Amino acid sequence: MSLLNATQVEGGYGGMNILKGVDMAIDKEDIGVIVGPNGAGKSTMLKAIFGLVQVNGGDIQLRGQSIANLAPNKLVELGMGFIPQEKNIFPSMSVEENLEMGAYIKPHTTKRMLEKIYSFFPPLLEKRKQPAGELSGGQRQMVAMGRALMTEPTLLLLDEPTAGLSPLYMQEIFDRIVEINKAGVGVLMVEQNAKQALEIATQGFVLASGQNLYTDSGHNLLNNPEVAKSFLGG
Amino acid sequence: MNELVFFINKVLISGAVSGSIYAIGAVGVTLVFSIMRFAHFAHADQMTFGALIVFFLTALFPGSGAALGIPTPLLMLPLAMAVTALLAIGIDKTFYKPLREHGVKPIVIVIASLGVTLMLQGLIRLFSGTSSRSMYIEETKAIFRLDLPFDLAARPLVITEPQITLIVFTLLAVIGLHLFLNRTRTGKAMRAMSDNVDLARVSGIDTNKVVMVTWVLAGSLAAAAGTFLSMDVSLSPDLSFFLLLPIFAAAIVGGVGHPYGAIAGGYLVGYAETLSVFNWTILLRPLNNWFPEWVELPRNLSLVGTEYKIVVPFFILVAVLIWRPTGIFKGKVI
Repeated sequence: MSLLNATQVEGGYGGMNILKGVDMAIDKEDIGVIVGPNGAGKSTMLKAIFGLVQVNGGDIQLRGQSIANLAPNKLVELGMGFIPQEKNIFPSMSVEENLEMGAYIKPHTTKRMLEKIYSFFPPLLEKRKQPAGELSGGQRQMVAMGRALMTEPTLLLLDEPTAGLSPLYMQEIFDRIVEINKAGVGVLMVEQNAKQALEIATQGFVLASGQNLYTDSGHNLLNNPEVAKSFLGG
Repeated sequence: MNELVFFINKVLISGAVSGSIYAIGAVGVTLVFSIMRFAHFAHADQMTFGALIVFFLTALFPGSGAALGIPTPLLMLPLAMAVTALLAIGIDKTFYKPLREHGVKPIVIVIASLGVTLMLQGLIRLFSGTSSRSMYIEETKAIFRLDLPFDLAARPLVITEPQITLIVFTLLAVIGLHLFLNRTRTGKAMRAMSDNVDLARVSGIDTNKVVMVTWVLAGSLAAAAGTFLSMDVSLSPDLSFFLLLPIFAAAIVGGVGHPYGAIAGGYLVGYAETLSVFNWTILLRPLNNWFPEWVELPRNLSLVGTEYKIVVPFFILVAVLIWRPTGIFKGKVI
């Protein structure tokens, strides 16, 4: 049984289906990467899994339990974490308060997890009293990831974690994602930097017009000439 | 010396009194705005409503505060704060929540709150009539006259019991609010929701609960401010009419969505009002001998007449919106 199993998901905003039957399965050893052209429904799929987009058909299961259309706070309790693409921090709150908000539903673990997050992202320890809005882009992304990790999720969803970051930070964030995955957290992310992302992916999903086009390991997708030509810029 | 005492009585004390009322009111407006992103026009009527509850309770049990040595309205205040908090939650559940869940634009909820204002004003008049009433039933207001230890000062400092209680209450409310927002889990969740609603929801914060806590704070503070004001002057059903503009001016001057800004804005508007209606001739008169002969002090040297006090917050509001639309503290631009 997979950690996450989405079958024939249909959904979208206000009755309009952007997703037209998408399948996706992720295990806890997996790093799943969703790639595809603009408007393919990549972010919509991620949001549908996290209860932010109405699911109108198909089913989404977490460890065999249906989670379609559950509220995000219920999903956090079930062990999911979500990092939105932008506006993924509380800018006027300090770094530490940002992290505390991540553990809102599990306040008793806050202290232990803070130490863990600070040792995982050492730059955040120095800046823990600073408003998160004053940090650099890469450090903000660390705050965003730290916040989502505070509940010790078993499945982490990331919406374009490297958008707008310099190549140096991009590699750093990908390295961290691999480390998080090795610690036993299933990862599913949407990425524009498709090539670099597929290099670390165990599962790759190519979406187009709200449907699966290719589903394979990251390695195979990178070596698939048709995928390379159409979606990876040759 | 007497003139200085007069200045303290007329400006420092009365500015602190109206400033405190505006500050408490503006905090409520700003909290509601920062969580739900709409200007709540019915806020001032919750003040009148709270004061009315205190009045009814006082009329039902007159003199019951004597046992504790406090005025009865003060004894009834906590109960009225709770009732007003419930009213605020009820109004939200009935009128604003359905609109919010439909995902309407904030302006629609603002208009709804205008409707609630009219409704509340009608209800208040239905039950209390249109006349003003004293909050002191079978009791007298304690007035303290503090003689100053100077020979030259023949006039005493005058301050009333509700004024002292109001200033102390405001101070405690500010400290309490600060600790609540910075030290408690729910307070931090409120700040988080004000910062980024979507991320708050994604983090597992129960946004409905935060909304409820916001109404409890706004409603109970409104009831307190209304009661203190009514104890200081009198309870009249059009109380809110004269409060709405200064309170919104205070919230906007301070930077909307910024609780500390609202407090600063409240005192700024309060003092601006009292300073502009103060007759400065009184302070200048003792210096008359030093002026050249051709200077004659006018009898009244106030900026605006008392009856035009309401233009002061209006002017401040316009000035802020033109020159610094985000307010003193950086608030959310509307």
